[in-house]
Amino acid sequence: METQTIHNQNKTQPNTERISGSEAVVRCLLAEGVDIIYGYPGGAIMPVYDELYKYQDKLHHVLTRHEQGATHAAQGYARISGKVGVAIATSGPGATNLITGIADAQIDSTPIVCITGQVGSHLLGSDAFQETDIVGISTPVTKWNHQITKASEIPEVLAKAFYIARSGRPGPVLIDITKDAQFEEFDFHYEKCTGIRSYKPVPTVEIADVEKAAALINNAKKPLIIWGQGIILGEAEAELKSLIEKTGIPSAWTILGASAIPTSHPLNVGMVGMHGNYAPNVLTNHCDVLIAIGMRFDDRVTGNLNSYAKQAKIIHFEIDPAEVDKNVKTDIAVLGNAKESLQLLLPRVLPNTHEAWHQQFKDLYAIEFEKIINHDLHPSKEGLTMGEVLNEINLQSKGDAAIVSDVGQHQMVACRYAKFNQSRSNITSGGLGTMGFALPAAIGAKMAAPERDVVAIIGDGGYQMTIQELGTIFQTRVPVKIVVLNNNFLGMVRQWQQLFFDKRYASTELINPDFVQIAKGYFIEAKKVSKREDLSAAVQQMMQHDGPYFLEVVVEKEGNVFPMIPTGASVSDIRLS
Amino acid sequence: METEKKLFTVSIYTENNVGLLNRISAIFQRRHVNIESINSSVSEIDEVSRFTILVIITEAQMRKIIGQIEKQVEVIKAYYHTDEETIYQESCLFKIKSDLLFEERQIQNIIKESNSRIVTVNREFFVLEKSGRRSEVDLLYRELKPFGIMQFVRSGRIAVTKDEMKITKMLEAFASA
Repeated sequence: METQTIHNQNKTQPNTERISGSEAVVRCLLAEGVDIIYGYPGGAIMPVYDELYKYQDKLHHVLTRHEQGATHAAQGYARISGKVGVAIATSGPGATNLITGIADAQIDSTPIVCITGQVGSHLLGSDAFQETDIVGISTPVTKWNHQITKASEIPEVLAKAFYIARSGRPGPVLIDITKDAQFEEFDFHYEKCTGIRSYKPVPTVEIADVEKAAALINNAKKPLIIWGQGIILGEAEAELKSLIEKTGIPSAWTILGASAIPTSHPLNVGMVGMHGNYAPNVLTNHCDVLIAIGMRFDDRVTGNLNSYAKQAKIIHFEIDPAEVDKNVKTDIAVLGNAKESLQLLLPRVLPNTHEAWHQQFKDLYAIEFEKIINHDLHPSKEGLTMGEVLNEINLQSKGDAAIVSDVGQHQMVACRYAKFNQSRSNITSGGLGTMGFALPAAIGAKMAAPERDVVAIIGDGGYQMTIQELGTIFQTRVPVKIVVLNNNFLGMVRQWQQLFFDKRYASTELINPDFVQIAKGYFIEAKKVSKREDLSAAVQQMMQHDGPYFLEVVVEKEGNVFPMIPTGASVSDIRLS
Repeated sequence: METEKKLFTVSIYTENNVGLLNRISAIFQRRHVNIESINSSVSEIDEVSRFTILVIITEAQMRKIIGQIEKQVEVIKAYYHTDEETIYQESCLFKIKSDLLFEERQIQNIIKESNSRIVTVNREFFVLEKSGRRSEVDLLYRELKPFGIMQFVRSGRIAVTKDEMKITKMLEAFASA
């Protein structure tokens, strides 16, 4: 009884509860509203897994087949829902296997929290079994990371982790927890983080900058908007729609901005960048005011910077001050959250239609349609094209499906041709270009949005980088639709070899296994089509199937993706063939 | 000129956090920027650290790097300044054979004229300390070199700015928010 009294006197927080560090981890996740986490157990994280077992009715753990799959699934979950995705792994190789997904989340601003186990604190630095300096390794690819060696740090650090991951420009956070901190008992108390004094996630919008931007926009004869993922991350879709409808400004998007405005919107003039649409690329070098919103002038968007929109005044709406003037010198930078900035801009801009300017987009679209789009979507040649597969998916999904693409030719085709009716529908690895992203990301996306159709479009190369996640699909029965566009090549590399390396196809041809048999080995319904007349029925069967489904489509072996801005060329020198 | 390389003194106020040095140095490393010198210490504000880093780069590059540094969660504020905008010093230590102090009259003159200070003397060696600008330290080094230097070490630059750093106000604003 005496010890009890002393113990109570030592309590500083009124609402504490004495629990282990590992239980605290689970309780923190629940307090942050996490419902699903993706991971893989191992020695140094076993105490947390033991708690996950006890809490399995409250927190669903999905066992992926590789830790990389766990991070991509967490990314898919985050990208479709806007919530923070969570991945968990053990120390050493478990932790290093997370790195690709973390780097992907960093460059694509995806909010994820990764939790890794670590060897006991007395062993740190001793080259213990499965010890690796994951904080050191992950530093350049995380928004923030931290190692916990005492259980009492867990609530505050995890609260900070979630706050940092989701606030401002989102990104990945890694928290490494030593095994002794997981076992240690302490007085648990959780408070959400609401601010960190050294961290200002959202700059305050300066009205004067908004007014300068409005004046430029109102005087522009040929304005062009290019929006990026900042619209989606900032939940500014409605504001952007109002802005473009009021001002009549032709609006194009970067790959990660796709779906923020429906594809069918008359003011949506398509994708910019290396394999983007002809009109917005060419006319980037003809506009008089370029309004960039929540995008970062990536080199795949700008082509050669020395000949990028030199004639135009540049307005940059941006949440991250480090992006302003990083690649393209701006005339007016409006710092802040896209939603707030656009709300302030909207009443200050004048209605317009810019009809003659729009006509230029229509004229160039007609050229692109005749030379490329029509042949991609309605081919007369023998082999199936990737474009016609996308077209068929569009027809059957009516534009309501979320499309998760991998990296390569099929990705460019998917982003060019997929129809999107609602935001957060295009989930792809943009900045890092991570092959193997799509299959696990589709798992996470479908679990976060079970009411939506989630279709993974993957090449035969990338598919085999994370093919083991079929096991996760089989075990969880998550009803994702998997379409592998098989050309027996690493298609995009082969295309470059054809165009720039005199057709020396070095290590790009793939001798593939029987993908249908592999899917069936995981008890997933599967089908292969190679004839045009079978495509529609096959896609229909896939979309209507109640459960996961694998569809392999054999496409032409040496198809190329056009238009294309060759590396080092100007956006206006985009090639149609 | 934006394209001309210059010497900049970078001052970074940070939360005192394990691993932050790694995060900051990685920003320079990634861009192939050599750090000429680096110093980390407490600052005028309780529990706030201050890094002083010297780099030779263009101003355009400097601005971008400052943006990347400020983006780090635990960095409170980062500044860059030219030599004209700062008061700066370096410090150095010379370990020299004690015999020389008595045998070479000129050494005593050098010590006197350079405004350096003898920190300690014993039978084998004495230690000379000098604070000042790099040129003064370099001059002293050149003057002493012919006599034989047992050990030499020079610190990184430390600098304060002529203008006010508005850190305290920023932190107060956060505390009252």
